[in-house]
Amino acid sequence: MAKQYETVIGLEVHVELATKTKIFCGCSTAFGGAPNTHTCPVCTGMPGSLPVLNKQVVNYAVAVGLAMNCTITQHCKFDRKNYFYPDNPQNYQISQLYLPICRNGYVNIETSTGKKAVGIHEIHMEEDAGKLIHDEWEDCSLVDYNRSGVPLIEIVSKPDMRSAEEVIAYLEKLRMIVQYLGASDCKLNEGSMRADVNLSVREIGTKAFGTRTEMKNLNSFRAITHAIEGERERQIELLEAGQQVVQETRRWDDTKEYSYTMRSKEDAQDYRYFPDPDLVPVYISDVWLEQIRNSQPEFREEKMARYKKEFDIPAYDISIITDSKHLADLFEETVAICGQPKKVSNWLMGETLRLLKEKNIDAQDICFSPQNLAKLITLVDSKVINSTVAKEVFEVMFDKNIDPEKYVEEKGLKTVNDERELQKTIEDIIVANPKSVEDYRNGKEKAISFLVGQTMKAMKGKADPNMVNKMLKELL
Amino acid sequence: MNILEYSAVELSTIIKEGKITAVEAMKAVIAQIDEKESTINAYVTIDKERALQAATNVQKKIEKGELTGALAGVPVAIKDNMCTEGMLTTCSSKILKNFIPTFSAEAVLNLEKAGVVIIGKTNMDEFAMGSTTETSAYGITRNPWNTDHVPGGSSGGSAAAVAAGECLFALGSDTGGSIRQPASFCGVVGLKPTYGTVSRYGLIAYASSFDQIGPLTKNVTDCATVMEVLASHDTKDSTSIKRDDTNFTAALIDDVKGMKIGIPRDYLGEGLDIEVKNAVLTAAKKLAARGAIIEEFDLSFVDYAIPTYYTIAAAEASSNLERFDGIKYGYRTKSFEKLHDMYKKTRSEGFGAEVKRRIMLGAFVLSSGYYDAYYLKALKVKAMIKKVFDEAFAKYDLILGPVAPTTAPKLGESLADPLKMYLGDIYTISVNLVGLPGISLPCGTDAKGLPIGLQFIADRFQEKKLIQAAYTYEKQSKEGK
Repeated sequence: MAKQYETVIGLEVHVELATKTKIFCGCSTAFGGAPNTHTCPVCTGMPGSLPVLNKQVVNYAVAVGLAMNCTITQHCKFDRKNYFYPDNPQNYQISQLYLPICRNGYVNIETSTGKKAVGIHEIHMEEDAGKLIHDEWEDCSLVDYNRSGVPLIEIVSKPDMRSAEEVIAYLEKLRMIVQYLGASDCKLNEGSMRADVNLSVREIGTKAFGTRTEMKNLNSFRAITHAIEGERERQIELLEAGQQVVQETRRWDDTKEYSYTMRSKEDAQDYRYFPDPDLVPVYISDVWLEQIRNSQPEFREEKMARYKKEFDIPAYDISIITDSKHLADLFEETVAICGQPKKVSNWLMGETLRLLKEKNIDAQDICFSPQNLAKLITLVDSKVINSTVAKEVFEVMFDKNIDPEKYVEEKGLKTVNDERELQKTIEDIIVANPKSVEDYRNGKEKAISFLVGQTMKAMKGKADPNMVNKMLKELL
Repeated sequence: MNILEYSAVELSTIIKEGKITAVEAMKAVIAQIDEKESTINAYVTIDKERALQAATNVQKKIEKGELTGALAGVPVAIKDNMCTEGMLTTCSSKILKNFIPTFSAEAVLNLEKAGVVIIGKTNMDEFAMGSTTETSAYGITRNPWNTDHVPGGSSGGSAAAVAAGECLFALGSDTGGSIRQPASFCGVVGLKPTYGTVSRYGLIAYASSFDQIGPLTKNVTDCATVMEVLASHDTKDSTSIKRDDTNFTAALIDDVKGMKIGIPRDYLGEGLDIEVKNAVLTAAKKLAARGAIIEEFDLSFVDYAIPTYYTIAAAEASSNLERFDGIKYGYRTKSFEKLHDMYKKTRSEGFGAEVKRRIMLGAFVLSSGYYDAYYLKALKVKAMIKKVFDEAFAKYDLILGPVAPTTAPKLGESLADPLKMYLGDIYTISVNLVGLPGISLPCGTDAKGLPIGLQFIADRFQEKKLIQAAYTYEKQSKEGK
């Protein structure tokens, strides 16, 4: 009988923190910007410059650690990781090795095989590197230090995952926690969340781990899934052929859907880590820790439970709305203004999701405000506009966050409630459509829908279809 | 009286009184530089034009009453490891031969705010690594007292410039004795403050845990006055300390009555030149005569200070000097193939032998498998040495001892045996390991006519005790003449 194998996976996830300024200087972390414009002597490694820690980085790291059930290292330090590369202006990266800020946590995940806890080995703070651009034409390389010094946390899991499905569930969970904390937008495709996959295989029943490889450059859930499946097979094939798995770092090529050796263990550098003498140890007092603990937001599970109690909306809607912190905030704030949880949920579940999908936008990038959505709902409720017009207005609002009241006013989209005007239009329609009128009078109920449609068309949509229906019946 | 015979405070006083101008003072110093510099070579960079322009501006401000400080108008020199905006800053290394900083060190800014006028940048051992100023890529500096001898190091250029009248005072930096030892060899006053008292922002790091900027001056009054200007809490330096006791001139008191001063027997033993020993003991007697209580005591762990220091300092240096790679600034090798080759050639050609030795030593003690045995052990010993000093300061206000085992050696004698050179730091190095303040001041000359230095060491934040004892000693030694 063929041997049965188990995949063992651990993840190293880098998350770029959403601080306004860099980790060790006052430069902006804003994306884009002309090369080397968000820089200063500190983040370009000029002689004589010194780092000063941005406290907000500690706040975020502790908040993430608490949400992942970690022990917080109240007396932590920064270490230097020494290696030469031009994107690293000091030729050492300030990171944490000996006393990382968070240790020994876990997160709960749920997959088709059930619930389980994935252990967090540690979370540490560090600085990002700059970006190298190789100019093939000029045969030279250029470096942009705008990203140099952008704060990162690295979340290192224990080797607790056994399948790609678990890995994706784990990453979704991390993303959810970090987004709920507002600590990062966690976009894999933009690099604000990066996952390196450590994978080994072993025969089912064996206790010892197999030799692992590390895979880098995985920029989507799809790439992660494919890389895991491919690597599992590659390792099993080697073992089946009586060969050894070599401990190495492999790079995923997304276009070829294949990973190749980047560097083997023998080439592994000695980073000569030691405590950074330019920074003082970070002491997170009980008071500080308590402040962070008390300002932790309501996370998704708690939110889902509360929605179930407070709002009369389906469980499916709750799960979709709470899937994004931004969507959930939008929901709650809109409900707070106009009441009507069901209607708010309908707008989010229907039109909003449709447009997000159609325009390929992330829920956290929705631009319209709860005030404007509430106004739109009120406009429909008070019959100022009908639902067809409302959908048109919503599309504009989705794009540009316009004020629906003003927009309806400016574009003259209000439903005509002047019965005389409406009556005149209906009379014209009756005269113009004798066939339908006759059909209706002969008992063809459906014929009235056609007449309502014609009237709405003539009114350019600015009528209440119920009212039109009612008046038509009266006149006929 | 010749302008060059004034102390910094005296010169500033007559400038403010309108007896001479800051420009005249600067011209006098430039004339002295023109005369002395070809033999002494105290400077790497002299910018006369800029200095005269700055002196003109300062003079205007003094006349308008905008500058009234005790140092306004005084010509000074800055060690070449402190960044000066728009002025070449080389660390006496080839690798920074063309480096012009975009900002000035906080200590330099503090001086400029006080109205001092910068003449130029002084020579030093390359990246402050050395005890003789012979490892500079820009030639050796000679001791003004006897030009066959070294001025000490690494702040040798600063000490020589003050001693030769090529400036009124200078800034140095002290990582293992680099202010106090050259001050001793050149017969001037040098103070290494408590770690964290003077901002390190803009000081090009050698060993971050130990580096501290301090003054080299003609006398103790100037020293206290300059310290008052230098000390500041700087939020750009995480290791900077907020102090509210930096009115150092308040400690210029001619009195040591009842002050308890301990002399470590370990500092008087083997290896100490007999003339230096006698000078130190004579000084102790003079202080006793003024009412100080002097005692000899045993300070243990002295032998471990040097290996501990060289382990930690080299480790930090190996990392601090990684940024000099030819990519962003400084020297880059002419021909190379690809990145690795460029790094290798740039650094091989750009750094001198002593710097390379310490980089290799540092990389070794941090490398995997050796970290615990060397670096971590050194940190533990450092903590023990701190304890020993804490115990000493529970008993004594001050520790008194020599600065160096000998007076200034002859040129060329030291570099041949680096280990022997390292051992010369024995009396100064613990001060840096523990972060203490220490002062070096002249206490006579040896038979060759070379200056001998006396060192006071105090507990952290007790610079005032140093200044008071040094001031008292200086007073009585002048009266004694």
